Amino acid sequence: MSRLTVDGEPLEFRPGQTVGAALMAAGILSWRRTTHRGAPRGLFCGIGVCFDCLVTVDDVPNQRACLTPAREGMRIRTQEGTGHDQL
Amino acid sequence: MTSYDPTGYDPAGNDPAGYDLAVIGGGPAGMAAAATATRGGLRVALIDAGPGLGGQFWRQPAPNEDATAFGEADAAGYHHDLATFRRLRGEIFRARADARLELFSGHHVWTAACGPGGVRIRAVDKLSEPGRDIERIVSADAVVLAPGAYDRQVPFPGWDLPGVMTAGGLQALLKAGGVAAGPRVAVGGTGPFLLPVAAGLAMAGSHVVGVFEASATTAWTRHAGAALANPGNLAEGAGYAAALARYRVPYRQRSMIVAAHGTEHVESVSVAGLRPDGHVDTASVRTIDVDAVGVGWGFTPSLELPMTLGCEVSDGDDGSLAVVVDADQRSSVAGVYVAGEACGIGGAALAVAEGETAGRTACRDAGLEADPSPAAARTIRRRRRFARAMAVAHPVPPAWQDVLEPSTIVCRCEEVDAEAVDDACRNHGATDARGVKELNRAGMGWCQGRTCGYAVDCLAARAAGIPMTPQPAPRPVAAPLTLGALAADDAGPDH
Ligand SMILES: Cc1cc2nc3c(=O)[nH]c(=O)nc-3n(C[C@H](O)[C@H](O)[C@H](O)COP(=O)(O)OP(=O)(O)OC[C@H]3O[C@@H](n4cnc5c(N)ncnc54)[C@H](O)[C@@H]3O)c2cc1C
Ligand code: FES
Repeated sequence: MSRLTVDGEPLEFRPGQTVGAALMAAGILSWRRTTHRGAPRGLFCGIGVCFDCLVTVDDVPNQRACLTPAREGMRIRTQEGTGHDQL
Repeated sequence: MTSYDPTGYDPAGNDPAGYDLAVIGGGPAGMAAAATATRGGLRVALIDAGPGLGGQFWRQPAPNEDATAFGEADAAGYHHDLATFRRLRGEIFRARADARLELFSGHHVWTAACGPGGVRIRAVDKLSEPGRDIERIVSADAVVLAPGAYDRQVPFPGWDLPGVMTAGGLQALLKAGGVAAGPRVAVGGTGPFLLPVAAGLAMAGSHVVGVFEASATTAWTRHAGAALANPGNLAEGAGYAAALARYRVPYRQRSMIVAAHGTEHVESVSVAGLRPDGHVDTASVRTIDVDAVGVGWGFTPSLELPMTLGCEVSDGDDGSLAVVVDADQRSSVAGVYVAGEACGIGGAALAVAEGETAGRTACRDAGLEADPSPAAARTIRRRRRFARAMAVAHPVPPAWQDVLEPSTIVCRCEEVDAEAVDDACRNHGATDARGVKELNRAGMGWCQGRTCGYAVDCLAARAAGIPMTPQPAPRPVAAPLTLGALAADDAGPDH
């Protein structure tokens, strides 16, 4: 197993998995709030088409969790709105 | 043909030498095209957004050396026909080892242009240095586009709750990550693809509370001719049916998931029976507890790249547009071949046959010897016939429009609800997705209308009282990039 952090909390994953799969495997279903309604979002299409799964990876906002391979030590941060506010 | 010098490749950007053929898409169609073209003597650049080969059908975990990794062997049980995958991949890897092919994994192609000098492809490498988009330009004399398809979606109340996913998304999560989306899952929509999704989840240990299929399999008997000409498909279907029976997964025909409920994530779904006219039987609604949902209404071809290059598209039999190709997979644009689901939804075996044919045609058009394959042509004819029968037997029923509430989100990206779409149509004269978009931004967000486009076209047509015809929606940026990379895009393709 390898380890990344989500908002500072450690999370174990199996290398080979995407960030989205690592989060889902840990029972985390949402990691973003929408701009207008503040609604929670996570994976939807699973293949990079819908952009629902956006997340901040190592300080780069708006990365698609479903496409980003999880890596040891990666710092994942959940996002609000456009993802640029917290930078 | 251009000469190719593998050492002349400049990893920082340009590839001055260029290739004989670029293949975009490393799924069944693109793999077959690349393998066939290298076999015929062309030097090939194979480009795919994924970390490895396989596309959707043979989707694999990201290659990883770690002993604890979730790897290909762990995912094998969820797959079909891995023998063909391994044969094609073996050929591709051998060609790469001999410098007859370059593999660009993790490269998202965001635009391409073609002219007399061939095709110029602009991609961003998202894999080599995580967090940094590296721009890369690949040029070639000709190109095979094999970008595949994505799940067709229609909105329903609660479909934007976390835990509700596309059927293909559930499958991708399972094949690439070994993760079942939840312990209790409902699967719905229409089409044979729902069966492998439900079977895979059951194998992975989820309790699948039901497969809610909108059509009736009796629709099949009318198209038995096409089905019987494809024994392979029937055998596969029977295999999944047996798997579902083994895991006691209820298979409910003429039914659909009409709502998902929950606050932070999905907690239950309402399901209902459908009347013969395709509308909801309101007396039959019942609620089932679930943690995850997968819905799919067939697939829609990925047309961003074909349309960017100017390929002619036309209305398929299923309410989606598809690229028009001749019997040799040539599109309407010289030097641009298209293979796989972009030419119409038809499954992996058809995609392989079309990819092979495209690879062979590219060789012939480049002056190399490559005889047409009667076997591939036969497969294409048979599978196309089968796909048409499928499309007719598995329409999207009108019921989805019955269940929308005014506050149901239609455009997930811009959070435009059904009431706003309705207002644009009824009070401001919009008759298609493009008209609606100008009024309320539906379809203008990150996904560029790929998720809501079909639904908005349907809703607008209904409000206008006209039949729905899918509207071409050119989306110049096939894979959006960071502003930095866009800013660096000064002159654009120069031929
Ligand atoms: C999520 C999903 C899951 C599916 N699972 C199954 C299944 O389990 N069983 C089944 O029978 N059918 C499945 N299908 C149907 C599937 O589309 C076909 O059976 C088959 O994969 C089609 O092959 P293809 O080569 O045409 O396209 P695909 O397999 O979709 O391959 C297309 C490839 O092109 C790449 N690509 C697209 N655009 C770009 C770009 N701009 N830049 C770089 N690369 C790009 C993609 O990364 C992808 O690897 C699935 C479809 C989807 C959408
Ligand atoms: S889940 Fe759709 S883009 Fe990631």
